[in-house]
Amino acid sequence: MGLLVATIDLFITCLNDALFPRTGVAMVTLFERLGHVVRFNAAQTCCGQMHLNSGYREEALPLIRRFVDTFSGAEVVVAPSASCVAMVREMYVKAAEEAGDNALAARATELAGKTFELSEFLVGQLAIVDVGAYFPHRVTYHPTCHSLRLLKVAEAPLQLLRNVKGLELVDLKVADQCCGFGGTFSVKNPETSTAMMVDKIGNIEDTGAEFCVAADNSCLMHLGGGFSRKGSPIKTIHLAEILASTETS
Amino acid sequence: MSGGGLHPAHSFTEEARENLRNRQLRANLGFATKTIREKRLRVTQELPDWEDLRLQGAAIKDEALASLSENLLQLEARVQAAGGQVHWARDAAEAREIVTALIQKHGAKEVVKVKSITTDEIELNKGLEEHGIHAIETDLAELICQLAGDAPSHILVPAIHKNRTEIRDLFRDKLGADLPTDDPAKLADAARTYLRQKFMSAKVAISGANFAIAETGTVCVFESEGNGRMCLTLPEVLITVMGIEKVLPHWEDMAVFLRLLPRSSTAERMNPYNSFWTGVHPGDGPKEFHLVLLDNGRTNVLASPVGRQTLRCIRCSACLNVCPVYERTGGHSYGSVYPGPIGAILTPQLLGMRDQNANTLPYASSLCGACVEVCPVRIDIPEVLIHLRGETSKSWFERMAMRFVARAMSSPGRFLRAVKLARFGQKFFVRKGVIRKAPGLGGWTASRDLPALPQQSFREWWKESRGRES
Repeated sequence: MGLLVATIDLFITCLNDALFPRTGVAMVTLFERLGHVVRFNAAQTCCGQMHLNSGYREEALPLIRRFVDTFSGAEVVVAPSASCVAMVREMYVKAAEEAGDNALAARATELAGKTFELSEFLVGQLAIVDVGAYFPHRVTYHPTCHSLRLLKVAEAPLQLLRNVKGLELVDLKVADQCCGFGGTFSVKNPETSTAMMVDKIGNIEDTGAEFCVAADNSCLMHLGGGFSRKGSPIKTIHLAEILASTETS
Repeated sequence: MSGGGLHPAHSFTEEARENLRNRQLRANLGFATKTIREKRLRVTQELPDWEDLRLQGAAIKDEALASLSENLLQLEARVQAAGGQVHWARDAAEAREIVTALIQKHGAKEVVKVKSITTDEIELNKGLEEHGIHAIETDLAELICQLAGDAPSHILVPAIHKNRTEIRDLFRDKLGADLPTDDPAKLADAARTYLRQKFMSAKVAISGANFAIAETGTVCVFESEGNGRMCLTLPEVLITVMGIEKVLPHWEDMAVFLRLLPRSSTAERMNPYNSFWTGVHPGDGPKEFHLVLLDNGRTNVLASPVGRQTLRCIRCSACLNVCPVYERTGGHSYGSVYPGPIGAILTPQLLGMRDQNANTLPYASSLCGACVEVCPVRIDIPEVLIHLRGETSKSWFERMAMRFVARAMSSPGRFLRAVKLARFGQKFFVRKGVIRKAPGLGGWTASRDLPALPQQSFREWWKESRGRES
């Protein structure tokens, strides 16, 4: 039996909000189909990951404070991004401690305990592996670094995908190696980032999949941008969008 | 000649751009790192207490660093009591002076060296050459680098950038070896013939150290070829140059590191040659032993609460072999004797975060975290990388851009206005739903398309479909 949750607070993330709203819509569709009440607290903006990871601690702190203020009252917070969830869970407390703000660190610790990435929430908290989805395509899964190494979400997305009706899941070679996105790394060291992308894209092509799915649209934006530039027919898609698809949708 | 010091001549970005064009290098690196990576995984998985060993390794190093001065003074006393001599070097120049003076005292013009990255850090070979002293590298891979005039590109496999054919040509050319084929055994034979003669004639040997034990005054070197053992035992005088962070308090600490190091580095259960020595012994080994303790920026690293974990490093190079950036760009891109993820945090810190080229190294990472999983002493390299990024100075343009984004994210209203502004601005660049080129986006669009912002953001959709803000 899964966890009883009255209201799920959606943390859509700034990137999805502006560039990939369809992923956010899919989250809403999916949770409502599963009988949950979802809420979008419009005070949310950005978790501050880009600033903190790029060496802008001072600029990141107000964003961290805003995020903690926005979501402190939530029952659970669920996001379609392993990377942003990892920021909240793994980095907030450290950043607050480094800034000498113990009150913030305490609130961040509390928030970390109730913030989840989509697949780990479904499988780990709600105990659902079959969400009743239908997606009749050949798909390969790219485990993003932060889902794999920071959140340790390795199996949950695969369990969910294996239970999608019509979906053929094919293994990806050297799956656990980084795609080369890395946030500002992709523009600060574009040649290295691209070299990593080219290898990842090659491995994805070798699977013969129509879609590459992942738990982070940031990595998918990078890979999708590479496929698009190459004129490749392979499409990238967020896990939430596959899970939201049904035979009637 | 081998040994390139710490100061990168260019930024990582420039070096990587150049090295990425070298297809031979990428093929060699891809093959070599994959092989070591898979072997390491096998030999670490066969130990049921591997994760406990890593915890112990980290704890022992932290404890050793917390009482570094006591450990070093005890080491000095024990080495002296066993007939050795101890020298303290604040920086690379002091260390070179000490070593040069010792060699000159014995009138040697040629010395043999066992592979030592610390002596490369202080550019010892170059320093000795200036005084007419030739140092011969005896580690096979180091010898290859030295003969080729290349800097080593990997901590443990310094000639990883060279293949067999290149090595055969080099030995033919520089050693005058008769080599009809590039058979590895024949290549090794050619090097052995050359080196044996040098071991027998050299009066002075120079080594690095893997660890030193404070309570016993013992110093040790682990290696694979036996050339190190010859250096350490045959010449009359042995000079060991060691970074101060390598001292461990107790003899029993070796029980942990003798298991952690070989499995993490060469993916062997044990190194073929493990040499331990304590001072000097009449009639056995060198008659004179000198231990040079080197700071060269290490105490600065120790002073940083986040950065000091870097000093736990035992130079195994496991992080290099799993790093997707290293695998593609190679060791030379890091411009320092310390390449790869560990180099990206060690080099700029040793230079006090004052070297502009070295300060580009913390950005040479996608923060994928593969290094954390393999580090035998659990250095959280991404944590240190992020911390160091905060210590570097940034361009005016970047600062303004980051401040603009931070400001836009400071309220939902500003965020939405910024999105709408970008949506308007992109009109001039979007073709078929993507941006292929636009001013200021060159870093991204050189190799990737950027998706256009859709006409409705999520928050606009939510407001429209739900008729409320939240």
